[in-house]
Amino acid sequence: MDQESIKDRLVSKFGDEVVQSAVLFRDQMAVTVPKDLILDVCRFLKEDPELSFDFLSFVGGVDWYPKEPRFEVVYQLYSITYGHRFRIKTKVEMAEDGRGHIDSVVPIWPTANWHERETSEMFGITFLNHPDPRKLLLPDTWNVYPLRKDFPLEGTEEDTPDLPRATHAAPDQPSE
Amino acid sequence: MGIERHLNDTVHVTNLEWFVNWARKSSMWPLGFGLACCALEMIATVVSRYDMSRFGMEVFRPSPRQADLMIVSGTASKKMIPAIRRIYEQMAEPRWVIAMGACACTGGIYKNYAVVQGIDRHLPVDVYIPGCPPRPEALLDGIFQLHAKVMKEQSIKNPRSFPIKAAT
Ligand code: SF4
Repeated sequence: MDQESIKDRLVSKFGDEVVQSAVLFRDQMAVTVPKDLILDVCRFLKEDPELSFDFLSFVGGVDWYPKEPRFEVVYQLYSITYGHRFRIKTKVEMAEDGRGHIDSVVPIWPTANWHERETSEMFGITFLNHPDPRKLLLPDTWNVYPLRKDFPLEGTEEDTPDLPRATHAAPDQPSE
Repeated sequence: MGIERHLNDTVHVTNLEWFVNWARKSSMWPLGFGLACCALEMIATVVSRYDMSRFGMEVFRPSPRQADLMIVSGTASKKMIPAIRRIYEQMAEPRWVIAMGACACTGGIYKNYAVVQGIDRHLPVDVYIPGCPPRPEALLDGIFQLHAKVMKEQSIKNPRSFPIKAAT
């Protein structure tokens, strides 16, 4: 199925509002959908017999600082059954707590688990209802989001120390 | 046959310190410890073309308890540092460290938040080998430098001991 027909099928199911923008670039469509619908859209894309996006290639994030809404989460889809691809994006604004919030798609594609963990630690986006919301690659003690645009590339001694601070390393030792 | 032919049934005298150093440098067992792309060159140093076993080092030990030399070959990420330090602590003394490649020496091309800017921030490095990656010849040369250094050590009078600094 070609890219336009996939989009049309999405529209026929959810109505015009589901497509906030659609960009065709080198025969690949990127459709931006509302954040609240992401779970429904993804489930439809996977379960609809004519689309059957049974393989989630990748979940990643983009920081559009200083634009608003600041973040974007991108889903690359592939259908092993039909051999077609599609790209879904959704905009995520930064909430009061300094993080973005969006529903996790792990219930639909279990493979999203690690992808979302990485996106979460790198951009500070919380995936709601994620089954295992730990960090994936970064040390557990860090509280910074390195792939954000306002993060200094080299980090800082305070935020990204070589070793965990003593208070983290030895919680059983009395601190002075 | 062999060395006996040269000993001529007599008593031989040598300096004990020299002898200990000679024994140490002639059978220095490295730890199989590759962190990134440089590890491939370290592996190439062991295979038959370069054949590190010519210098008494053919056995790469999988356990730090049996190793004398840690070749830090590659990029040390900060998350890896607690493990590297623990492995170093588990090695029996005397122990030596070679920083192989630009990454292990200084952080190399990775001047960023995730990579340790030189393994000498955490381990007492004996020999630095520049290059990205160093060729096997360079690693062998670094090992010879280390051998020369071992031969100069006061292994009896002033044995080396490098306890690792406690985490701050
Ligand atoms: S020095 Fe070069 S070859 Fe060696 S680990 Fe670093 S990047 Fe890789």
